[in-house]
Amino acid sequence: MKRMALTAAIALLAAPALAGGADDDTLVVNGEIEMTTKADAPDHLEGALDQVISGWHFRSDETQQLQTDDFENQGMIFVDAAYDAWNTVEGTEEKSCASCHDSPEDSMEGVRAVYPKWNEEAGEVRTLAQQINACRTERMGAEPYGYTSGEMANMEALISVQSRGMPMNVAIDGPVRETWEQGKEMYYTRYGQLELACASCHEQNYGNYIRADHLSQGQTNGFPVYRLKNAKLNTTHARFKGCVRDTRAETFQPGSPEFVALELYVASRGNGLSVEAPSVRN
Amino acid sequence: MRRTAICTAALLAASAATAEPVEPTSVSYGEYGAVETSLSGNPGDPDRGREVFSTKSMGNCVSCHQVSGLDVPFQGEVGPMLDFVGEYRTPAELRGIVANAKNTFPETVMPSFYKTTGFIRPGDGFTGKAAEEPLPPLLSAQEIEDLVAFLMTLKDT
Ligand code: HEC
Ligand code: HEC
Repeated sequence: MKRMALTAAIALLAAPALAGGADDDTLVVNGEIEMTTKADAPDHLEGALDQVISGWHFRSDETQQLQTDDFENQGMIFVDAAYDAWNTVEGTEEKSCASCHDSPEDSMEGVRAVYPKWNEEAGEVRTLAQQINACRTERMGAEPYGYTSGEMANMEALISVQSRGMPMNVAIDGPVRETWEQGKEMYYTRYGQLELACASCHEQNYGNYIRADHLSQGQTNGFPVYRLKNAKLNTTHARFKGCVRDTRAETFQPGSPEFVALELYVASRGNGLSVEAPSVRN
Repeated sequence: MRRTAICTAALLAASAATAEPVEPTSVSYGEYGAVETSLSGNPGDPDRGREVFSTKSMGNCVSCHQVSGLDVPFQGEVGPMLDFVGEYRTPAELRGIVANAKNTFPETVMPSFYKTTGFIRPGDGFTGKAAEEPLPPLLSAQEIEDLVAFLMTLKDT
């Protein structure tokens, strides 16, 4: 009896109304870079999604605002830090990134938009992080960065900034096809004790709230992302790891062949969206 | 009020008096996924059920479902709202849905709360580390009975 009375009282305090879906705002950075944050889905997503949508649309107005201006986007501080690293001589070959690539503005435009991509010499699919480490170890004779380290995230952000506003355009045919298929299979595999696939949350339920989290399509065009939660740049594979862990599964390691394949596939789902990195998330 | 009393009495009567819980691997699901017998052999406690439903470290059902009468912020919307589920579902159906919803809704994203084997890359809780099957079920037999009792109180009063 007492229980019923209590319940009734609580009902009056009713649950907050949740507003689902992607919003209709537009993203222009620094008043000049017009971002394509919604695009027709690439052909390979036929039957799965009609439209691809940037994760930016699922964040609060306050968080969105931070990404519209480089002075407000704390991620840009880490881009500045990476400029120093770019010019720092390291390793047995006594070279810096600049020794081979001059300024990032000149040499890195468009690079981020096509990664992960096939490396002909190595005969493998490489992520941007793997390419950065290949340069460090093979050309500079320096130690590789930790795959999800701050140094790596910062360098990826510096390179990504040179492609801001350009459409993601990751190749899925030719020599990468097999890896892409592997990534696709992973995307739809229901891992862990909760038996959830990437698709369970980011394809079937984007726009819905799962508790306090507003589910996006899980696109990678904004990576590395600056998160208010930990006040640093976060890498794609660290995000994947967290999402797999949250299904109560054994995760894959960042930089593993599995996550490389998954990154290739997920990146290709964002083909047509602008490179936004470093984007801002909660 | 009277309805609740009747409902609780019915539940008490329905639960067989076996003290041994049914093992997760021995649950008998009907053609449409319903489970007729109590999993714990004991009646469910709707108050406990409400707690299991709302608590993150327990059922965390609120991450996907809304129930208006709960004083819990940020209830999710991945699953249907359950305000009147006790009106149109039987205890056997609800027990089956909570224990393993895939028998009732094939392909559903709703996790199976009384299942211990047959996972892909099973992990040790939320650590990201590997775990050996059988895993402990997400909820105990009694917690599921408590949830069923709670869900049966969700009616258009
Ligand atoms: C249980 C639900 C769930 C599953 C399963 C899941 N994620 Fe996520 N994911 C989230 C939540 C919550 C967020 C944070 C909010 C958002 O952007 O959706 C997120 C964010 C992301 C982001 C960042 C998007 C952005 O714009 O910042 C990426 C990328 C991502 N997930 C990829 C994946 C991949 C790949 C998988 C499968 C290996 C996966 N997720 C599985 C819940 C999930
Ligand atoms: C990850 C999301 C998720 C979680 C967590 C979850 N559910 Fe569900 N639930 C669903 C979905 C989705 C459905 C709809 C069935 C379908 O897929 O068609 C559902 C259906 C149901 C139904 C049937 C409703 C009807 O109208 O017949 C009940 C009852 C239910 N859930 C109870 C629970 C309880 C109790 C818990 C916690 C122990 C829980 N759910 C946890 C997603 C979830």
